[in-house]
Amino acid sequence: MLDVRDLSVNYGTIRAVRGITFTVGKGELVSLLGANGAGKSSTIKAIAGALKTSAGAVTLEGRDITSANPEQVIRAGLATVPETRDVFPDLTVAENLMLGAYIYRRDHAGNRENLDRLHTLFPRLAERASQAAGTLSGGEQQMLVIARALMARPSVLLLDEPSLGLAPAIVERIFEMIETLKKSGLTILLVEQNVNQALAVADRAYVMRLGAIVASGTADEIRSTSDLSAHYLGG
Amino acid sequence: MAFAIQFLIDVLSLGGAYALMALGLVIIYGILRLVNFAYGELIMVAGYTMFLTSGSGLPWLLMAVLAVVMAIVFGILTDYVAFRPVRAKSVTAVLITSFAFSNLLQNAALLFISPRPRNVPLPDIFSQTVSIGGAITPVRNLITIAASIVLLAAVAFLMRKTTLGIAMRAAATNFTMARMLGVPANLIISSAFALSGFLAGVVGLLWIGRIGTVVPGVGLEPLLVAFIATVIGGMRSLPGAVVGGFLLALIDTTLNYTLSQDLLKFRDAFTFSLVILILLWRPEGLIKGPASGQRT
Repeated sequence: MLDVRDLSVNYGTIRAVRGITFTVGKGELVSLLGANGAGKSSTIKAIAGALKTSAGAVTLEGRDITSANPEQVIRAGLATVPETRDVFPDLTVAENLMLGAYIYRRDHAGNRENLDRLHTLFPRLAERASQAAGTLSGGEQQMLVIARALMARPSVLLLDEPSLGLAPAIVERIFEMIETLKKSGLTILLVEQNVNQALAVADRAYVMRLGAIVASGTADEIRSTSDLSAHYLGG
Repeated sequence: MAFAIQFLIDVLSLGGAYALMALGLVIIYGILRLVNFAYGELIMVAGYTMFLTSGSGLPWLLMAVLAVVMAIVFGILTDYVAFRPVRAKSVTAVLITSFAFSNLLQNAALLFISPRPRNVPLPDIFSQTVSIGGAITPVRNLITIAASIVLLAAVAFLMRKTTLGIAMRAAATNFTMARMLGVPANLIISSAFALSGFLAGVVGLLWIGRIGTVVPGVGLEPLLVAFIATVIGGMRSLPGAVVGGFLLALIDTTLNYTLSQDLLKFRDAFTFSLVILILLWRPEGLIKGPASGQRT
């Protein structure tokens, strides 16, 4: 579904991502793990078209999206939830969701149906529809950005650190919801620092360190790798 | 009573024009974080379009529509000539290219038309006066008030109720995120320039309608006014620009009424001192824009 080959990303002279290769199969939930600064977010941004790739190729369902800009990537069917939890704070929850469906803005019936489905999944968003998104709690904002990404009816969802800075109880709920999305057949690439939570929901995982992939395998294999914590703590 | 009405009409008509000028500038600033210094020349373009079509025998309204259309065209042209080629490079580059484009247009007017004022055709109604509750006021002031109410409402509707407007507001807070949702960057930027050109065109007609002539430097004062109004109101906020415009008009009009003849020529010095005081009190302007967002 999503194939990343020899991807490199540079910030000036700093090599943030050094030729990584990984794949996410249809309906799979793959997790990209690693400590801060391992290059996970740069990878996500590069795939989403928000950051220029220096080398390598990204294909989505056989289509080359390596040098696509962000608006082309979403049209190709890949939606991104960035780690910065970018709600549009002055827009209402409903307006945020409406913009999520920007590429389907003429299909009112389809959007309504999609919105109803998302409102069942995230009842809080229905309650707060006319409230400015900036007034929501962190957890609610996270749900809003995920729901907004789903309004674009993606075939692949990139989730960058959805648990970042949230209370454990909320993190629990976010992960439950990720499982629900996975069961619905959505292909997901989940970037996380929260290893245990991520491995609990992931089919497979890749571990990144200093811009390179240093381990990969099924969730169980990764869990049993003894030096995982070493990669993690950067040791 | 007559005095109060007179004062109110003066403030509202000047404020309406200022608010529209400021709005046209802040729409671009909100999205690109760049001041379009060629903004005043859009007003000039509207004025010269009126002058150049004045011999054509077209009805005035048609000439006015043409003038606004030309301002829109030049607005979009500003993007293509001054902004788009260097947008990704540096802020300094865009500052310079927008100054350069402004200079280019002014000099083109100097060279191909004339450095001297040129008459702009105005309908008779612009020079008539009416008496309201004892206050005698030019009809064009009432036209300005009506036009600003209609346009401010139209812009508010566009920005709040249409997908394009909501996408523009979203792009103003976080351009990259808006693009990640599929909102095309170039569409948003061109729309902003077109809207800015539209406002400049209408303001141009109203502004030039006060004096009846157009000169190459006619855009300088509106640019300055728009810039100050947005600084007072908050560079990032559309309602702020409108509030700033009306506040600046209130200050100007009050000074016009209260300063003695000798001091009146220093009115701008008084105005700017007050602006400095406002900024000392509220450095970010009266209405703070959205918190996040970087230059795009």
